[in-house]
Amino acid sequence: MSRQASRGTESKKMSSELFTLTYGALVTQLCKDYENDEDVNKQLDKMGYNIGVRLIEDFLARSSVGRCHDFRETADVIAKVAFKMYLGITPSITNWSPAGDEFSLILENNPLVDFVELPDNHSSLIYSNLLCGVLRGALEMVQMAVDVKFVQDTLKGDGVTEIRMKFVRRIEDNLPAGEE
Amino acid sequence: MADSPLFQALHMEMAHALCEEQEKGLSVLEGVGFRVGQGLSERLTKEMPSFKDELDVLKFLCKDLWVTVFKKQVDNLRTNHQGTYMLQDNQFLLLTQLSNGKQYVEEAPKFLAFTCGLVRGALSNLGFDSTVTAEVPVMPSCKFQVVIQKS
Repeated sequence: MSRQASRGTESKKMSSELFTLTYGALVTQLCKDYENDEDVNKQLDKMGYNIGVRLIEDFLARSSVGRCHDFRETADVIAKVAFKMYLGITPSITNWSPAGDEFSLILENNPLVDFVELPDNHSSLIYSNLLCGVLRGALEMVQMAVDVKFVQDTLKGDGVTEIRMKFVRRIEDNLPAGEE
Repeated sequence: MADSPLFQALHMEMAHALCEEQEKGLSVLEGVGFRVGQGLSERLTKEMPSFKDELDVLKFLCKDLWVTVFKKQVDNLRTNHQGTYMLQDNQFLLLTQLSNGKQYVEEAPKFLAFTCGLVRGALSNLGFDSTVTAEVPVMPSCKFQVVIQKS
């Protein structure tokens, strides 16, 4: 019984290491392909967006969460269900704006950056920018246009990693899908 | 066994994004796989005793590495005992996301390049230079041919 349990966690750990390794190799490659960090950031965001628009279906199938009634519920689902399911962590939700349209996700540790150090000449690189694109793409598929960005990053010496999410507007069903 | 939706989603997006320019893209994607193969093989073999011989290394690829990445073992391993190996996976994870239609067989190289690099990288980390190619006889099965270079 216990051997099976440890096999299960070992396999899950290896699975998440596989993603981390693959992501690291991708960022390394993009830094070679593009001349500046801004372009890498954009490409990561775009790739993340494409992943997000597909991943949402996987998420809805696995999680059986119903429609969210407001942005607070959305925040809860993102932090407690989605992040937990895909990255094995549960960020905390803080810093709500008075209007209730903006909040922060605080990640004590970011699994994407295990074993990663930013070299000096890449100070503008937003290493985990894929995540912003994923969140933006996924939420667009459930009719929410959001702005997502990193405001703190442990890779840059901050104490925590903080992602700021802002609700922009509801997307009507009859608008065409977003960028390619 | 738990699957790896995030890795699969990332792989699929990389296959599309990096291969927009077909020719260079395939080798870039292979290179990404190579780096991952090196790192993964390093992690997986940390606590293992060293391998007896070349065949032992290939068996490790077919079992431990394959299960970690593709959630199952290779179905069939063949060799001519002269440095050439054929690994067959009848339900290759990265192809099962694609439809079984003929059009996808043409697209298949994009979805095999990363894995060819992965295998080559893992072997490289264990001291073997190799060339790795792949083909799809029929979806979603896949055959990887590994040729170990004689030093």
